[in-house]
Amino acid sequence: MSEPLLSVRDLKVTFTRQGAEPFHAVDGVSFDVRPGQTVGLVGESGCGKSVTSLAIMGLLPRRGNSVSGQVMFEGTDLLGLSDKQMRERRGRDLGMIFQDPLSSLNPVVSIGVQVAEVVQRHRQVSKSVAMEEARAMLDKVGIPDPRRRLREYPHQLSGGMRQRALIAMALACRPRLLIADEPTTALDVTIQAQILALLKDLVSESDTALVMITHDLGVVAGMCDDVNVLYGGRLVERNMRHDLFAAPAHPYTNGLLGSIPRLDSARGEPLDPIPGSVSDNLPWAESCAFAPRCPSAAPDCLASSPELVPHGGGGTDGEGALRCFHPVVPAEVAR
Amino acid sequence: MNLMSSKKERIDSLAASVAEVEVAEAGTVKDTGGESLIAGAWRRLRRNPIFLIGLTLTALFVLLAIISPWLAPWDPAAQPLIDKVERQSNPVPGPEPGHPLGGDNRGRDLLSRVLIGSQQTLVVGVVATLIGLSGGLVLGTVAGAFGGWADALVMRVVDVMLSIPGLLLAFSLAALAARPSQWTVIIAIAIVQIPIFARLLRGSMLAQRHSDHVLAARALGVRPSLIVMRHMLPNSMGPVIVQSTLVVATSIIDAAALSFLGLGNPDDRRPEWGQMLGASQQYLNEHPHLAFWPAGCIIVVALGFTLMGESLREALDPKTRR
Repeated sequence: MSEPLLSVRDLKVTFTRQGAEPFHAVDGVSFDVRPGQTVGLVGESGCGKSVTSLAIMGLLPRRGNSVSGQVMFEGTDLLGLSDKQMRERRGRDLGMIFQDPLSSLNPVVSIGVQVAEVVQRHRQVSKSVAMEEARAMLDKVGIPDPRRRLREYPHQLSGGMRQRALIAMALACRPRLLIADEPTTALDVTIQAQILALLKDLVSESDTALVMITHDLGVVAGMCDDVNVLYGGRLVERNMRHDLFAAPAHPYTNGLLGSIPRLDSARGEPLDPIPGSVSDNLPWAESCAFAPRCPSAAPDCLASSPELVPHGGGGTDGEGALRCFHPVVPAEVAR
Repeated sequence: MNLMSSKKERIDSLAASVAEVEVAEAGTVKDTGGESLIAGAWRRLRRNPIFLIGLTLTALFVLLAIISPWLAPWDPAAQPLIDKVERQSNPVPGPEPGHPLGGDNRGRDLLSRVLIGSQQTLVVGVVATLIGLSGGLVLGTVAGAFGGWADALVMRVVDVMLSIPGLLLAFSLAALAARPSQWTVIIAIAIVQIPIFARLLRGSMLAQRHSDHVLAARALGVRPSLIVMRHMLPNSMGPVIVQSTLVVATSIIDAAALSFLGLGNPDDRRPEWGQMLGASQQYLNEHPHLAFWPAGCIIVVALGFTLMGESLREALDPKTRR
């Protein structure tokens, strides 16, 4: 196994507000990403996956947040860097693409200038060289007639095109790690598939590591080598993709799988969603946060907090891990 | 085991469905017609009669200010009718051949003075707006870009400025400068406008600070100075530009009010509409036409700028777009 490119250890993000209880948005998350690997962070809204990515990028606002733990990137702890040092790294070593491609582009600046801006920022080149680089980049992400598109504005591009332009910006300086925060959520299904295929091609071609943040298990199935499932700010299960889908051990993972509509299910058969919502969570400190929504919850789930226990399977460390007292036995796997 | 294998098939099929939809976009590029924001706003404005009226009035006014020296039949300071004022008991000469609007109380040609008066009015309106705009831009950018204590400090300064009545400020400035002049009027009006521009800009800058594209730019490591100048400021300028057209109208009216109260330029050889209005006070009963022409001009010009500004705002406001 090669050395991890990114190694997140015990990352904690706490939202602190005056007059309110501190809220642990991310509560001790650890995972590794090796060069060229695609790792998924999966969970429903509010489980801390976006906050994790923003913390890695150093993009969380200073005020009202406290971030602790370690984010080792090629031997440097990113959390210990100054704002200026972090700015040097963003865009050059670490790239990020966001959920909504329209609002993530500046509406009054042409696409060409926006892509060239990154190139100019991180490689001391002239404007014309940066523009040429931008053209090549748009071509690479599959935007037809890139020379014309350079002069156009975001609202003149279709949704898929915009996301391609954002990918071009994020990859323009060939970062070694790309974080994609729900990159396809705002796109319609056919475009989603194209964008995922494009991302897959680009990262494998350039050996870029990819952290894929998503709630869509279809995306995970298509892209990720390793999957980390988050619930309530903590990792609840980690495994290699195939093992995770084949034998989900955590009831939450099992529930997520059961919530996907499938073509081969019998007509009229109801979907099997996870009952309740994130707001039902219990504090992790003295119990299992998922217990109120868990079909296999038992009294001990409410009495003490389960630890993340490594087990023999796959996973980033060469082994999977699970945080549950009563894992799903194969016979109970949803459908 | 049976269950396991069916699961495996399921992921494989899921994975395949994601991967197999090939990139088939090249042939079906959607052309959106290539319309920029400004072109879109202009297309809406071109069919808006209110905007066209405002634009026409404004354009005529600016044109008049430029060509008035050639249009005016007399020098505004000359007194061709002075002997009439002196000989007759009537101090204001009425219309007569060569003087279609008659003369004023000092025997000067009223038409020439109204025409030339447009120059001063335009200068006051535009210069006061530009000064107010620049001051507001600086304060608003500082407050909106840095936030935190810089924002709090600038906004308290702005609050103090807002609390100063414009009239009092004009009096004080005139007293400070030993005598009122065109510049004390301009500066007094401009200072009153600064906090309005500053607040407007700060508000939209703060909204931009938390926008997705600023976050995306930060995620690319773009320098803060460039984020402010390229990503935040241009996106915040729309309301400010609209406000400045409206402020030109307010400035013209304010300048007229100050001149009327005798705080304008005391040198009446270079006429200004507000000052002419002030001079006509004591003849209002017998000779209302002395007030009618300058007042009418002020109303029409202010109306022109207001109509233009309001329809610009509507055209640029995404909420009123159809």
